Amino acid sequence: MNKVYETVIGIEVHVELNTKTKMFCRCSADYFGKKPNTHTCPVCLGIPGALPYINEEAIKKCMRIGLALNCSVNEQSYFERKNYFYPDLAKGYQISQLVKPLNINGQLEVEDESGVTSMIRINRVHQEEDTGKLTHVGSETLIDFNRSGVPLVEIVTEPDFHSSAQVKDYAKKLQQIFRYLGVSNADMERGDMRLEANVSVRPVGQKELPPYRVELKNINSFRFMQAAIEYEIKRQIWVLERGETLTQETRGWNETKKETYLQRSKEEAHDYRYFPEPDLPELKIDTLQLRELLRKQLPELPAQKVKRFFDEYGLNKAQIAMMADSKEMAEFFEEAVKVGSKYKVESIKVANFIINKKVNIEDINPEQLIKDIVNQNTGMISDEKELEKVVKEVIDENSKAVEDFKAGKEVALQVIIGSVMKKTKGKAEIKKVKEILEGVLKS
Amino acid sequence: MKLSKDKVRHVAKLANLPLTSEEEEKYSEQLSKILDYTDQLSKADTEKVEPTYNVSGLTNIMAKDEVSESLPQEDATKNGTNIKDGFFVTKGVFNYE
Repeated sequence: MNKVYETVIGIEVHVELNTKTKMFCRCSADYFGKKPNTHTCPVCLGIPGALPYINEEAIKKCMRIGLALNCSVNEQSYFERKNYFYPDLAKGYQISQLVKPLNINGQLEVEDESGVTSMIRINRVHQEEDTGKLTHVGSETLIDFNRSGVPLVEIVTEPDFHSSAQVKDYAKKLQQIFRYLGVSNADMERGDMRLEANVSVRPVGQKELPPYRVELKNINSFRFMQAAIEYEIKRQIWVLERGETLTQETRGWNETKKETYLQRSKEEAHDYRYFPEPDLPELKIDTLQLRELLRKQLPELPAQKVKRFFDEYGLNKAQIAMMADSKEMAEFFEEAVKVGSKYKVESIKVANFIINKKVNIEDINPEQLIKDIVNQNTGMISDEKELEKVVKEVIDENSKAVEDFKAGKEVALQVIIGSVMKKTKGKAEIKKVKEILEGVLKS
Repeated sequence: MKLSKDKVRHVAKLANLPLTSEEEEKYSEQLSKILDYTDQLSKADTEKVEPTYNVSGLTNIMAKDEVSESLPQEDATKNGTNIKDGFFVTKGVFNYE
């Protein structure tokens, strides 16, 4: 931490919603890996005269994100056209929200690397549409409009971050919230979720924001974003220390060289000429009624779950982080604890077993997990293969008893079982040994 | 209302239209005339009219999230002047270079 300079960061997150259809037409929004230009229609191709039609499900999902981030809902909300000339949108504008976004004034608590928490103010959570995908090949650019018009939600914070660790925590928490809410897969690599950081530094004690900011863009992992911010803080301090000034610019991250690089400098002031989208009726939201309805549908969110797991199960921070990582993991854990209580298996033991054995919750059900824990506790051999090995050894060593058994002497089986128990020092379950024995002998 | 050449240049740039200086002069006059024409609207008495951007007066008109058929690729790309492997092709544009 530099004592002379303080870092100021604001974050913009874009997240694609997992609705079935696009934002303003009913083309399928499931575009990933599909043949180019097979998910389009006059609306998302920007053909004159085509009229957009708002996707109700997207609006609900956008509002759920807003609620989860403690935003207020705007009672009146409408869409606007953001005009720009670029081939990723055929219309010549993106339908977005400027003056009246769906959600405003939220907040989310983040942690830095030493566990100190602070509140990040969220300026807005608004609804817009994604652009088409451009691929640059040689001197040409190829355009695929399958992604054009897919619902995109933008979440903008105030410049409240002061370290890269806070940013990483924020991004991870958002991703977790999107997944808990079931509104997006929020996969960074696939581009479901995209981060932009506006980074600048100022002398400690200065209240005003610095007269410039560097935008870090097109960075598709949490780790790279953190590294890029760290690098940028050092670079900016270095430039200021030399008595030079910093300017508004956009930079990317070069992972090989581990440094940021200039993408676009001295940006001209954008002239998007926003104006209300006349083709879309406005949204009037009965705030109280709707909030109540949506709140009822809201699942228990990560922060609440973490608190409850602490109160109810007495787990430590690391254990809770693992057990509440996803909704599925949390459900598995709680179910296992419930089963475990019948066998006097404590919740901490359940958590530790899952963590230490790297249990894959897709391969096992909570009942089996508890059985494994119980067997482990009593020192019983729970691995069937291991038991089978011992059984086979015993059979080889007791050919007489085996022959007797095959000749119809049921008691001979007891001799063999007795040998297995002796060999395993009593750590085998008799019922299981019998099952395996019968299986092997009859085959 | 005379539109300055600078304004014309700015508008042309936003629309990605390369203009010669003669064209700038010509469009400056033409665009100014268009603005004068539409300026008649400001003479209308709107004292008792609520401002609105949408003449339908409708609110909360939304569609269910149910997929309907998209255009086949051949139809979607039919009007393109340069199509390759189902993609629209344009002169190279590089966002940040």
